[in-house]
Amino acid sequence: MNILELSHVSKSFGSKMVVDDISFAVQEGSVFGFIGQNGAGKTTTMKMILGLLQPDRGEIFVNGEKVSFGQNQTNQYIGYLPDVPEFYGFMTPKEYLFLCGEITGLDKTSICHRVDELLEMVGLTEADKRIQGFSRGMKQRLGIAQALLHSPKLLICDEPTSALDPVGRKEILDILSNVKKETTVVFSTHILSDVERICEKIAFLHNGEIALSGGLEEIKSIRGGSGLELEFCKPEDALQFAQMYSGAHCLNQVRLRYDKKKKDDVLEIMKILTEHNIPIQRMEMLEPNLEDLFMEVVGK
Amino acid sequence: MRQLAAFTKKEFIEVWRTHKFMILLIVFSLFGIMNPAIAKLTPWLMEQFAGTMEESGLLITEVTVNAMTSWTQFYKNIPMALIVFLLMFSGIMATEIHKGTLINMITKGLSRKTIIFAKTTVMIALWTLNYWLCFAITYAYNAYFWDNSIAKDVFFAAFCVYMLGVWLISLLMLMSTIFTSASAVTVGTGSVFFVLYLIGMLPKLKKYLPTKLPDALNLLLGVGEKGDYALSLGIAACLVIIQLVASVLIFNKKKI
Repeated sequence: MNILELSHVSKSFGSKMVVDDISFAVQEGSVFGFIGQNGAGKTTTMKMILGLLQPDRGEIFVNGEKVSFGQNQTNQYIGYLPDVPEFYGFMTPKEYLFLCGEITGLDKTSICHRVDELLEMVGLTEADKRIQGFSRGMKQRLGIAQALLHSPKLLICDEPTSALDPVGRKEILDILSNVKKETTVVFSTHILSDVERICEKIAFLHNGEIALSGGLEEIKSIRGGSGLELEFCKPEDALQFAQMYSGAHCLNQVRLRYDKKKKDDVLEIMKILTEHNIPIQRMEMLEPNLEDLFMEVVGK
Repeated sequence: MRQLAAFTKKEFIEVWRTHKFMILLIVFSLFGIMNPAIAKLTPWLMEQFAGTMEESGLLITEVTVNAMTSWTQFYKNIPMALIVFLLMFSGIMATEIHKGTLINMITKGLSRKTIIFAKTTVMIALWTLNYWLCFAITYAYNAYFWDNSIAKDVFFAAFCVYMLGVWLISLLMLMSTIFTSASAVTVGTGSVFFVLYLIGMLPKLKKYLPTKLPDALNLLLGVGEKGDYALSLGIAACLVIIQLVASVLIFNKKKI
């Protein structure tokens, strides 16, 4: 079942088209990566899902219910972590989570239980001071705790790792991959290694349009294909092989690279090598990486 | 209902921990003490200046002060306290929208009207507490030094000014939903008051306007009757409701 569905959603600010007729669906129980450059329209799309902005056209459904701007019924299914979460600085994390719990309508005992559980999970049990003294990483972790408080069916994170140092990023990603057992995660980012680490499905947003979407593995295999790199012992071997098997890019005197090769091609290359007695030092299938794909999509 | 209670509690914690509560308490207490104090000090001050004034041809014989002097001070000073109060809360919505703290609350399902009602409740509660505290302090000193009975309709007149405050608070709330910066909210609220004040210059229209309410001081002196203020009071009360409903409607459509 689709927990989130966007159909032909558009939004413009003044004459600038920020989101242009995008449609996609997120299945329950997956981690969905929403990728795009700064200003691609990721935050705008998320805010429309949350009913904070009104789409000019199109419809959005969360858990089968239509999102209506200004009213927030569908938000009961959603946990949201903004890119830079802001809290009431004069409260302690515990007080803040209590406030969130009461607003969500949880009963007192389950709030107590859930708050302790979540503070433990995000590692803020010891932080019993006012939020105004928190570091960015701590705020981000508290942000995840508040987003998960009511055990939402859908967790939406807007660039959760962008502002953090490597340690902070790892902590957040670890928390998110733990969470994916309980809830569907949609998360936007421009940090591709984060996507490769935890996402199963992705959509590339470029200039307000979905440029590419699908399963991570599927997209990797369709686009770009795998490359192959060969390293020879002697330069003349490399030269000889390049003449026998066309399509090589010379990386240096002993290294050749072939684009878009499949497993069958590897066998054929090995056959040629043995037939002609050409020794090699190394042969490697290159995994297509998201960065190349990203560059391809943004046209650079 | 639970949301309203929770969010109102948050607003109270906020005014307490950001020291607004204490500041208001101090300001309004000081104003309360100042009114009789100025009245009490007037003869002494006049005496001090008598010498210099005599040189310029003014002869001061005997200055008599009584409860009325103190009450006149009260009506002169309370607008200042009201302005301090309104300035202090001009950012009540703007700060939250600017910082983005409401996003978490709204995405948790907090309805927008609850935000308006909670904030208005807290402001009116603080206004009520501080205004009547200021009044009580002045009243008590007046009773101690002089005699309050020379002033008529003390409570009713004070209630008129209290309602002026309530009306301005709901106007401030409305402005807060229209504008996104605290300064614009202040200017907006001030402008509406000023325009109504100008319209009030026309004697025929004045009795319909809430800006007539501060004139209730005249009641103390025995000028006019309570009934003269009924219309203004009624209209102020209606405006409070209309402004709050408008705030909710506008805030429902606001981008956050």
